[in-house]
Amino acid sequence: SNEVEETMKRIQSHKGVVGTIVVNSEGIPIKTTLDNTTTVQYAGLISSLADKARSVVRDLDPSNDLTFLRIRSKKHEIMVAPDKEFILIVVQSPTD
Amino acid sequence: MDVTYAYQKKRSEFGKQCLFSDKGPELIDNFASNKKFLHNYIIKDPVSRTTLCAPIQAEHHLNTTRAEYVNGAMNHVEGGWPKDVNTADEEQTKRYRRKVEKDEGFHHTVMQLCRNMENCILQNNAINIYQQYFSDVEPTPLVERSSARTVNVYQDQSIPTRPVTHISWSPDNQTKLAISHCDLTFQAKVPDQSTRSYIWQVERISSFLISENPNTPLHTLRPEHPIVCLEYNQKDPNSLVSGQFNGQVAVWDTRKGHEPVELSVIENSYRDPVHNVLWINSKSGTEWDTRKMSEPTETLILDISKEDQSMSNALGASCLEYETTIPTRFMVGTEQGKVISCNRKGKTPMEKMTFKFSAHFGPVLALQRNPAFLKNFLTVGDWTARIWSEDCRESSIMWTSFHRALLTDGAWSPTRFTYPNLLYRIFYHVLSRLSVFFTTRSDGILDVWDILQQQKQACLGVKVCDEPLRCLRTHEMGRLVAVGNQKGTTYLVEFSENLSMINKNDKMLLTAMFERESKREKILEARNREIRLKQRAKSSHMNLNMDEGGEGEVYQGIKKSEDGEIMFTDNNVVQAEAEFYLCIEQETKANLPPEEAEEEEEEGEDLQHDQLLDDTEGESPGSSAPSPEPDKDGKKKKGKGKGGKQKEK
Repeated sequence: SNEVEETMKRIQSHKGVVGTIVVNSEGIPIKTTLDNTTTVQYAGLISSLADKARSVVRDLDPSNDLTFLRIRSKKHEIMVAPDKEFILIVVQSPTD
Repeated sequence: MDVTYAYQKKRSEFGKQCLFSDKGPELIDNFASNKKFLHNYIIKDPVSRTTLCAPIQAEHHLNTTRAEYVNGAMNHVEGGWPKDVNTADEEQTKRYRRKVEKDEGFHHTVMQLCRNMENCILQNNAINIYQQYFSDVEPTPLVERSSARTVNVYQDQSIPTRPVTHISWSPDNQTKLAISHCDLTFQAKVPDQSTRSYIWQVERISSFLISENPNTPLHTLRPEHPIVCLEYNQKDPNSLVSGQFNGQVAVWDTRKGHEPVELSVIENSYRDPVHNVLWINSKSGTEWDTRKMSEPTETLILDISKEDQSMSNALGASCLEYETTIPTRFMVGTEQGKVISCNRKGKTPMEKMTFKFSAHFGPVLALQRNPAFLKNFLTVGDWTARIWSEDCRESSIMWTSFHRALLTDGAWSPTRFTYPNLLYRIFYHVLSRLSVFFTTRSDGILDVWDILQQQKQACLGVKVCDEPLRCLRTHEMGRLVAVGNQKGTTYLVEFSENLSMINKNDKMLLTAMFERESKREKILEARNREIRLKQRAKSSHMNLNMDEGGEGEVYQGIKKSEDGEIMFTDNNVVQAEAEFYLCIEQETKANLPPEEAEEEEEEGEDLQHDQLLDDTEGESPGSSAPSPEPDKDGKKKKGKGKGGKQKEK
């Protein structure tokens, strides 16, 4: 668990990173560096989106699976690393 | 005659039960037939009887109940917590979280994910992978497949349904559609046919079109006679003008109710259904003076023959075209297939009709100028659509091939330049393509033609419905088209972006194309004229020869020559005669296999044929020669010798 903490801290310290969230498969945020409301919002919305994205990939080719999801918007980039049980969400703002 | 039967009954027996017994037939009275009565009647012949031998069938319509959709939002509050954890209690949630963290898989998974994530983060920090690298290069337009979809359907509200005859969009940002219905079958009088026409409301929100209510019209117009065509006044979104089936013209105001505001008097109206009505740019705003609806301010009788004008010779006009930027000129398409370009300011009727184009084999159903190139216009009739240039009178500059189905209507895609809306400071760049035009066919297909892409065939054909499509109107923004069909249903079709967004090169390319085609036509015209002149010179030369050598009676262009053979003096007739025999020779030869002889003859004949046609065209009104073909039957057979002589000369 120490390692986990360290890694998360390292990620958070990268340039431009606004926040990091770890969400479990039920949508409950386990670890977060943002405030509660924002976390809950991200958790709910991103979980469902990641699920949808995964189903798209698998529908197109059942042997395929979603590895990473990046949503670039005007202000931030939301990066989602999905897994069977947990989802890691990082929000980063562009450096330029 | 009075048949009575008297019987007696004792008073004591009244009320007694009746006992019936059988009795044989008894003749009470008889009447002999009287043959004299037969004279009062005649035998009915024929007698019509109807029988029906078919299984009994019943027709039912069924429509499932419409589901009502409501858009609602859902608020996601923290969910997913198992039942025993109280969300409000921080301690409990913390405990739950810690429990999850202790889970074996957690550590491993998170390490894995973080590794991937770090890569991406660093990537982002290093370089902006989404930036546009080449700023001077414009994004290439995507090669998008053209597509179209039906956005909405409006049904004719009355039963029995009548075909749609005319559609007009309202000028106030085109939010309303006026559709007129009329059964144009000649002298058909279907009982219970309603005379109404409808106005539908169509809402426009950004680039989507949502119809307020596709089932009920916004407004119903109730005239006495069905309306054949209906046009919105481009300056006033509330008033419309309509032409009725009985020839009257009426003005409507949508604010004032369902009756026409003004109606023209029957004596001064047209005698046939009014096919097309247009608003023009004048002070009173209409071609008919609205102050006194008793007569039109100007009447132009469409008579092409150069003799005196009379209503009996007038050609029926089937469509009108008027461009507001050229106020003094307008064009009329006739039922006979000719297009006449007219000048309003001319003093005599001859001056008024400036050019005539021989357009189609049947009535000209649609006529429209290209909104960007005012000298070129599109006509649709019989089985083709043609593009004309005003400079070339002999023929169209471009035309489509003959279709299988009749073309019923056509229109250019309208152009709208940048449209600043100052209130909101939003600029609508809604430009439509100049080279696109639409045609509707009688097999239910709406064709989209883009002459810059393909000239041989339509670039997109949309099957709108199974019934023949009757008329078409484009929306000003260029993406929508309203088409009406024979059953009275109107469809709103929306096209994909690439058919409605303009390219920078379009105007240049289109100008080049039109110029090229016009040049080609002019060259052909010039060549035809040359040939005609030569022919005329030759024929006058030959006429002189014949006059000198001939003797005998001369009557009406026929004279006897020395041979004793009867000859025509008119060169046209002689030539036509020769050609006729050539044709016959060919026909007889056609039964035999050899083709080379035919081909040679054909070539020579084609040239002759053209010359012949040109000749007759040039001289038609004043020509005194009887039409050559039917006369030949009565005259002596010439034989090929005459034809041979002809060729030598």
